[in-house]
Amino acid sequence: MPTISVDKAALLKALEKEYTTEEFDELCFEFGLELDEDTSQSTKPEDLAQPAQLKIEIPANRYDMLCYEGIAMNLRVFLQKEKLPKWTLTAPASGELETLTIKEETMQIRPLCSGVIFRNIKFTKERYDSFIALQDKLHQNLARQRTLVSIGTHDLDTIKGPFTYEALPPEQIEFIPLNQTQTMNGKQLMEFYEKDRNLGKYLSIIRDSPVYPVIFDSNRTVLSLPPIINSNHSKITLDTKNVLIEITALDKTKLEIVNHVLVAMFGGYAESIEPLRVISPHNNESRDTPDLSPREMQAEVDYINQVTGLALSPAEISSLLERMGHTVTGSNTDSNLLDVSVPISRADVLHQADIMEDVAIAYGFNKLPRVYPNKTAAVAAPLPINKLADIVRVESAAAGWTEVMPLILCSHEENFEWLNRKDNGGTAVRLANPKTAEYQIVRTSLLPGLLKTINSNRHQPVPIKVFEVSDVGFIDLTKERKSRNERHFAAAIMGKTSGFEQVHGLLDRIMLMLRSAFITREDGLKNEQLEGYWIEEVDDDTFLKGHSAAIKVNIGGKHHTIGVFGILHPSVLKCFDLGYPISTVEINLEVFL
Amino acid sequence: MAGGTRGPVPVPLQAQDRNLTQEVLDLLDTKSPLQTSDDFSAISQRDIKAALDRLASRSMVEFVTNDAEEAVLTKEAETIVADGSHEFRVWAAVKDAGKIPIKELAKVVGAESAKVGQGNAFKHKWIKKDGDSLVLVANEVKDTTRELLQEVQETKSLSDAKALTDLKKRKLVTLTKVITYTVTKGPKYAKEMPVEVTDLTSDMLVGDAWKTTNFKPYNFNALGASQDAGALHPLNKVRQEFRNIFFNQGFVEMPTGHFVDSGFWNFDALFVPQQHPARDMQDTFFISDPPKADKPRADPETEAQLNAMEAGSKRLFASSETIETKPRDYEKYWKDVQAVHQEGAFGSIGYRYPWSEDECLRLVLRTHTTAVSTWVLHRLAENPRPARYFSIDRVFRNESVDATHLAEFHQVEGVIADFGLTLGGLMKFLEDFFAKMGLENLRFKPAYNPYTEPSMEIFGYHKGLKRWLEIGNSGMFRPEMLEPMGLPKDLRVYGFGLSLERPTMMKYGVDNIRELLGHKSDLRWIREQPAVRLEKD
Repeated sequence: MPTISVDKAALLKALEKEYTTEEFDELCFEFGLELDEDTSQSTKPEDLAQPAQLKIEIPANRYDMLCYEGIAMNLRVFLQKEKLPKWTLTAPASGELETLTIKEETMQIRPLCSGVIFRNIKFTKERYDSFIALQDKLHQNLARQRTLVSIGTHDLDTIKGPFTYEALPPEQIEFIPLNQTQTMNGKQLMEFYEKDRNLGKYLSIIRDSPVYPVIFDSNRTVLSLPPIINSNHSKITLDTKNVLIEITALDKTKLEIVNHVLVAMFGGYAESIEPLRVISPHNNESRDTPDLSPREMQAEVDYINQVTGLALSPAEISSLLERMGHTVTGSNTDSNLLDVSVPISRADVLHQADIMEDVAIAYGFNKLPRVYPNKTAAVAAPLPINKLADIVRVESAAAGWTEVMPLILCSHEENFEWLNRKDNGGTAVRLANPKTAEYQIVRTSLLPGLLKTINSNRHQPVPIKVFEVSDVGFIDLTKERKSRNERHFAAAIMGKTSGFEQVHGLLDRIMLMLRSAFITREDGLKNEQLEGYWIEEVDDDTFLKGHSAAIKVNIGGKHHTIGVFGILHPSVLKCFDLGYPISTVEINLEVFL
Repeated sequence: MAGGTRGPVPVPLQAQDRNLTQEVLDLLDTKSPLQTSDDFSAISQRDIKAALDRLASRSMVEFVTNDAEEAVLTKEAETIVADGSHEFRVWAAVKDAGKIPIKELAKVVGAESAKVGQGNAFKHKWIKKDGDSLVLVANEVKDTTRELLQEVQETKSLSDAKALTDLKKRKLVTLTKVITYTVTKGPKYAKEMPVEVTDLTSDMLVGDAWKTTNFKPYNFNALGASQDAGALHPLNKVRQEFRNIFFNQGFVEMPTGHFVDSGFWNFDALFVPQQHPARDMQDTFFISDPPKADKPRADPETEAQLNAMEAGSKRLFASSETIETKPRDYEKYWKDVQAVHQEGAFGSIGYRYPWSEDECLRLVLRTHTTAVSTWVLHRLAENPRPARYFSIDRVFRNESVDATHLAEFHQVEGVIADFGLTLGGLMKFLEDFFAKMGLENLRFKPAYNPYTEPSMEIFGYHKGLKRWLEIGNSGMFRPEMLEPMGLPKDLRVYGFGLSLERPTMMKYGVDNIRELLGHKSDLRWIREQPAVRLEKD
């Protein structure tokens, strides 16, 4: 969630009340914001050096509150200090709109563009800083680091329409970038900003494209190279009177949202908001932008009342919705249906569910009647594998072993090489983008986690006896998700001697609890009907030669090999940096379901 | 003396092979009270105390502890007592020689005395300078320092407190604390330790020997024998408490047995747009192998498992009415999910972006168990009815690891579906749910979550910390999530969730999540954590 810092004195003045920190925190809470910090209560020198700030966390979908203007406006409306403004477009006196023509070549790289003009805007230092900061927040959040949308702002009095939005090879684009003194072409610009802390991360959006997007005025003066940087020529200052905003994008919905948010937040500082005529015949995107007409939606009175548990009249709902910026224009067709005008600033409203929530917020979540209907009884049921696992867990602990909970993710070598196991491919689920090398795969065995836990507890007296009952994962191409989990039980003992008979004894105990009788291998192989488990020597590189055994069970006439136990091979101990002998057992519990 | 020993334990060797216990008894026979400082001055305080404790625990002696300060001479002071103070030594040397060149003084009395003693002897007007030499002034002198130190040596104290402080400052005397004991006979005094046995044995039961046996007193100030116990992990103990709460409320556990899920179940079906930050490489683990999921399709195995689990409620709620189930149409579900994102549908304008099938079929490590709730709710559409489901299982986030974040944690999640549910009903349910954990007075904050509307963060007042804490998230699932599943419009669904780690860390006072989950947990810590009673602790 984005956090916005606003000047405390200015905001409280706008809200026409000297809120204490607690009162303002309460207001935020009710409205769905979170007051992170009031720096007037801080003792840090950097906070004391500047006027008190309120740091407010904004829900991720409220793009209309990413700056001081939006927070003040929405809270004022919520507190009924004003009604949400209605933004309208005004054509210039001449009647001639500024135009921007989109060339078809832009389809190759960034096809969409729209814009707006603020006439006679009055900037102050605070407004100007907020204007820049809002663009930055929009670029970070909604625009996904400028990939989907980017904004360029220009002093209209330094340039001359009509404007064109084109896509040209980088070498053919030459201009002085913002706050620089040297002319450079598109290619040089990429090199120049390669190491730049702010802009470097955006270069990859267009770098390898044969053409770069660029906006020109009628004198072929470059306005900007979206989504990287504007030109120095047209930059806005505190004295700028007329601002041209151009917005380029890959995503049309987000393009319009950004335009709407800029208008709703800063249009109020301008004498008039003037449309920009976009000419884009090749993709049928010719239009005057932005469209400032509110969105008409319908909401059912019954639905709102049912979900909130209230019995509000349409008039009551209307006045609650007004506090959230909506206008109810009445209901002509059906008294159950409200026609709601959703303002341009509220891109988060998608469905009548959002309108219903706004009613609930304006009413106060915490004032809603808290009644739970006693209508339905229900019958509980545990997941069978969890019930089975709990039996094994409780019995293992009762036998004197300590439960541990290592991580599911591990490195490839811990899971394979260190255990002398080979990855034949197609076994372990591999991660594409882990932040650390510690996490490469989903474990296929519980042993690495047990051994790492013992390693972390080397300072404790031996014997150390640990167990885990949890899931491992395998690739399984027959499944929809191409993988499956398997519930395993594993235990390990480290001591002065191997502890082989200890893990064997624990296995016997668990099998006894699971109603699986011990039988000899000979009997097990001879008699298909004889249910139970037996063990037989097996060659397994994880273990010391001659000291490992496979665990076999016969359940309902079917034979399964469910696991193996033995004395770990000294080379395994070396990899996990363990100085005493260890014996382990690991079995798959799924067959006992 | 079968089965017994004289005295409680073999006499420790450290006490110079002496049986102190017996010596104390012997001496008390003739001298009571006795002073350990005088009568056992060569024995260390620790040894004499051990012997007295043994006797006192049997009421054979009684003793009082005396704390005293003792003045002790330093090495330098001991030489002063033996040879006189530095100034005295200088005076004596000058007296002997009549006249000593200053340069020669150190040779005669030593460097230390020459340095310190010369000045003092001047000050006392015992000697004076005569050109380059020292000559006598006083014929007789009184060496006060030596006399004071002699008194200290004899009495271990000094009557003149000011002088004592002065000597301490001059590093000639140190003060040490001395503990001594005044010992008298106790009510069960005897000249010998009685024969005692440490424990009741089967032999004693045979011949009634136990009746006359003198049992050694038990030390009630020590712990009993270590139990070599096994233990369940604290996190799983808290998990069990949560499961019990859910079972008591009639919840059915969800089949969470797959860490890997598709973008479809983890995100798209939940109406999380494909450009949502949660779907960034920064937050979600994507899978490189296997490469891609299948489109959603029937899963008969998991289906059968849930059918078996719900057989009980089916039997209980059976009526003569035949219930029509409408089989799920996965292809329609897929198309409807696409439509609700891309064009808008079911009364929603949607997100209006080009929806990508590839993105939807990317495999991820599930970021929440809500992916499983989605599957279960889609199944509910076959026969929409009131239902309650829960799960507690591992989820994964591509986080940078620190004291409060791990790449893995456990999510506790509950889902309640019913007709005509209200938002206040969810609050009421959660009040009851958290009251079982001892958290009263909940407050709810409007919040944003892509798949719930309304969404509420749950805040509880922590009495210990004296502030409101966010303890979970909740909401009612969006129509854009439920209606593509084929659920009827008036069936509403609550969802709520919290992490298992956070309440566990609060209950057990753990600051670092890595000590709780993962291989860095301390085994002794695991074993020593008490049982959890959420409603009490």
